[in-house]
Amino acid sequence: MKHAAPTRTLLALYTAMVAFVLIAPTVVVIPLSFTDKASLTFPPSGWSTRWYENFFNDPAWTAAFGNSLTVALIVTVVATAAGTAAAVGVSKWSRKRMAKAAQMFLLAPIVVPSIILAIGVYAIFLRLQLLGTLPGFVLAHSVLAVPFVLVSVSAALAGFDDRLTTAAASLGADRWTTFRRVMLPLILPGVVSGALFAFVTSFDEVVLSIFIKSPYLETLPVKMYASVTRDTDPTIAAAATMIMLLTTVIIAVGLLSMRRKKIA
Amino acid sequence: MSSTLSNAVRPDDGVDPTMRPGRLRPRRDAQAPARRGRLGPALLILPALALALGIFAYPLAESMWRSIADPQPGVQNYQWFAASAANWAVLGRTLWVAFLSAVICLALAYPYAYFMTISGPRLRTALIVIVLIPFWTSLMIRSFAWIILLQDTGLANQVLSWMGLGPFHLIRNTTGILIGMVQVLLPFMVLPLYSAMKNVDLRLVQAAASLGARPIVAFTRVFVPLAMPGVVSGSLLVFIQALGFYITPALLGSPSQMLISQYIYVQVNGQLQWGRGSVLGVLLLVATLLLLGLLALLMRKSRRAAGDEGGLL
Repeated sequence: MKHAAPTRTLLALYTAMVAFVLIAPTVVVIPLSFTDKASLTFPPSGWSTRWYENFFNDPAWTAAFGNSLTVALIVTVVATAAGTAAAVGVSKWSRKRMAKAAQMFLLAPIVVPSIILAIGVYAIFLRLQLLGTLPGFVLAHSVLAVPFVLVSVSAALAGFDDRLTTAAASLGADRWTTFRRVMLPLILPGVVSGALFAFVTSFDEVVLSIFIKSPYLETLPVKMYASVTRDTDPTIAAAATMIMLLTTVIIAVGLLSMRRKKIA
Repeated sequence: MSSTLSNAVRPDDGVDPTMRPGRLRPRRDAQAPARRGRLGPALLILPALALALGIFAYPLAESMWRSIADPQPGVQNYQWFAASAANWAVLGRTLWVAFLSAVICLALAYPYAYFMTISGPRLRTALIVIVLIPFWTSLMIRSFAWIILLQDTGLANQVLSWMGLGPFHLIRNTTGILIGMVQVLLPFMVLPLYSAMKNVDLRLVQAAASLGARPIVAFTRVFVPLAMPGVVSGSLLVFIQALGFYITPALLGSPSQMLISQYIYVQVNGQLQWGRGSVLGVLLLVATLLLLGLLALLMRKSRRAAGDEGGLL
């Protein structure tokens, strides 16, 4: 559609402003992490890497970082396996209504406000003494990660030609072989992006984690939350920058691997 | 594609181990595949189902039960909620903040999404990437960044003072919550708006113009009604999510002006009033589910009207 030049310019300016609002908070953290002052003033007046040194020399920060990585990696494996199996199950189940209902139920954890889920899980973990334990974190995060795997694998399965499994079976391949050699390679992009989502979901999770942490085991976002509410120390900016770097790298790798698959 | 296929078939390796003659034997039990065919898929769902039942459905059900059973059976928790004006104030404030978030998001996102539909493919891709960036920056980091920018000595107030304004208190109040929430929720408004707008046939607007409608009239009478489904689903999506926000209000808001999610935290963690916290949770859950149901209904209706299944949502 054609627009008069002034209208278009105004629209472009407005769009630029909205784009700025979307990006601003992401960008501001990075320079702040290199400030030389012990205060959170932006823009910084001088530069140093002391907050990164501080991060790596403080056992509380490095432990939280390690916990986050461990939890997120295990969650990635658990949620990807369970979510992929569920997606295949939903797509193959002949009773479509039941399958649809099961899928809706499995997606529900991401629509329910996490604070409600958090108090429920907190009560149960309190009783089962799972608070501040690795299995506790993995279980809680997996519930939130499975829906993302389910969605992305289901999308990949929608483009999957079912006659291929029939063909493989008619050639004598058993179910597991058919899955591994025929179906999995074709839906791999969906599985990979599901796994990435699972990792990022766990790595970023705050609300549930605040409830199920203990002084002995907490994840990086929990430590950051405590740090924001208690002290004002730029170490948190260093932590934030590293998290952002890590998630960006993971997502970029995922996108690249998917693109290569598509081109090849 | 070809590489994945050749991976699957592997023409290069002479005898495929999975294709050994031994595997080619006819199945011992001809009935078995059919039976497994019915049950097998359901079994695949089991692990995920067990997880969702144990760590999602059960805790939620127990929490709802607690609202009528803790500390003793009865409706005393609901009576407690109804009797106190402070409780109603929290509920009202939550609804108001969610409503304002939706309105502000709409005001920011509508021109943005519209500009996406009229710009070229490159610019459009860039604008989509910009919308998606917040998705992979954690909520914690963004709330933290807003604290830096909006604090009394922050960049926002510095800029305002150069313009001869301020200083304003931009965090630890509802303004702070709104700024933080709008930034987080904007993508949920832009994406449905864009997917509705890109389906609008722009020739209809041209047709209106060629029949003599002024541009503004052609836009408001033809384009706006056609893009309405996007406005409705985007606003509902934002509103629903704003109701249940915890981190952003907790960090950018004020303890004296709590929203319902913070109130739940205070009741359960601070006062150990599980029953009361559960009542608040039930209210939040019911509101969320009702609105989601409404959203699903409206989307199905507009989809049926449009006769397509695609779109970003």
